[in-house]
Amino acid sequence: MTAPVSTSSVAVPALSPRLLAFALLTVGLALMLAYLVAFDQGALSRSGMYLHELMHDGRHLLGVPCH
Amino acid sequence: MRTFGSLLVRGLIVGLLAGLLAGTFAFVTGEPRIDSAIAIEEANASAHSHDAGSGHHEHAAEEEPLVSRDGQRFGLFLAASLYGVALGGIFAVGFTLLRRRLRTSSDSYAALGLAAAGYVGIVLVPFFKYPPNPPAVGDPDTITQRTVTYLLTLVIGLLAVWAGVAASRWVQRFGDLPWIRLAGGGAALVLTVVVAYLILPKINEVPGTFPATLLWQFRLASLGTQTVLWTLLGIGYAAAIDRRTPVAASSKVVAA
Ligand SMILES: [Zn+2]
Repeated sequence: MTAPVSTSSVAVPALSPRLLAFALLTVGLALMLAYLVAFDQGALSRSGMYLHELMHDGRHLLGVPCH
Repeated sequence: MRTFGSLLVRGLIVGLLAGLLAGTFAFVTGEPRIDSAIAIEEANASAHSHDAGSGHHEHAAEEEPLVSRDGQRFGLFLAASLYGVALGGIFAVGFTLLRRRLRTSSDSYAALGLAAAGYVGIVLVPFFKYPPNPPAVGDPDTITQRTVTYLLTLVIGLLAVWAGVAASRWVQRFGDLPWIRLAGGGAALVLTVVVAYLILPKINEVPGTFPATLLWQFRLASLGTQTVLWTLLGIGYAAAIDRRTPVAASSKVVAA
């Protein structure tokens, strides 16, 4: 990897398998959360259509296709 | 240097706040449009059932909604906040993994650049191909197709941004002038987007009777909501990781 930036000023830790694992886990959980807001119809939330209906206006205004 | 945990927590908090404020913006600018659209939708539905003469076969459920309109207005804040948290988490991961590849010595510029890239790829590129619709616009039977194409535009948007960055670095070989890099990057981005727009299916389900002004106002409110969200995410994250800010300065410095 090219590192043209002097790393002393960079705020992030160096890449490691451990970091990548945590990063992957975070992205997975975040995508589940986004899915819950944007697309879920009870399959993930186990709440029937309740959460889906509750977040209806948000879905429309966040630009997600709804109905 | 910060740990991943510290970078992530900052992303989640900034995402939550950005989502809440975007939700407030959506509440003020968008809710009146959604109310108007729902009124049109209900008028259409009752007119339709009278025409059909078959009564309330599928509209019976609409008389007792699962969540009241007030509940949905509250739900707007919940949706925007949770969406903000999710974006904040993904943003923190993106920042951690891509920081060293962004050619700037400033963490603030890196955060702002990443937010700008995400905004173009995740908001603008999908917006211009499949602009968001209020209730009463859109055929329920095509929801799966519309969802898939929407997700596709999102991925294509991020690819287009990547193509733009790669191209701007490639043309740098031929002359390291800002305008050359900008033109090269912009051309690659626009070309990718135009090709994708031409290939992706056209979807036009706006009924001729739906007021054009209302549609326009709703879409502006939606674009504004997402613009607020991404702007606050970028600026907020830049501020949250800036070690010159008093709060950040007091946090422990990890010996490398
Ligand atoms: Zn809807």
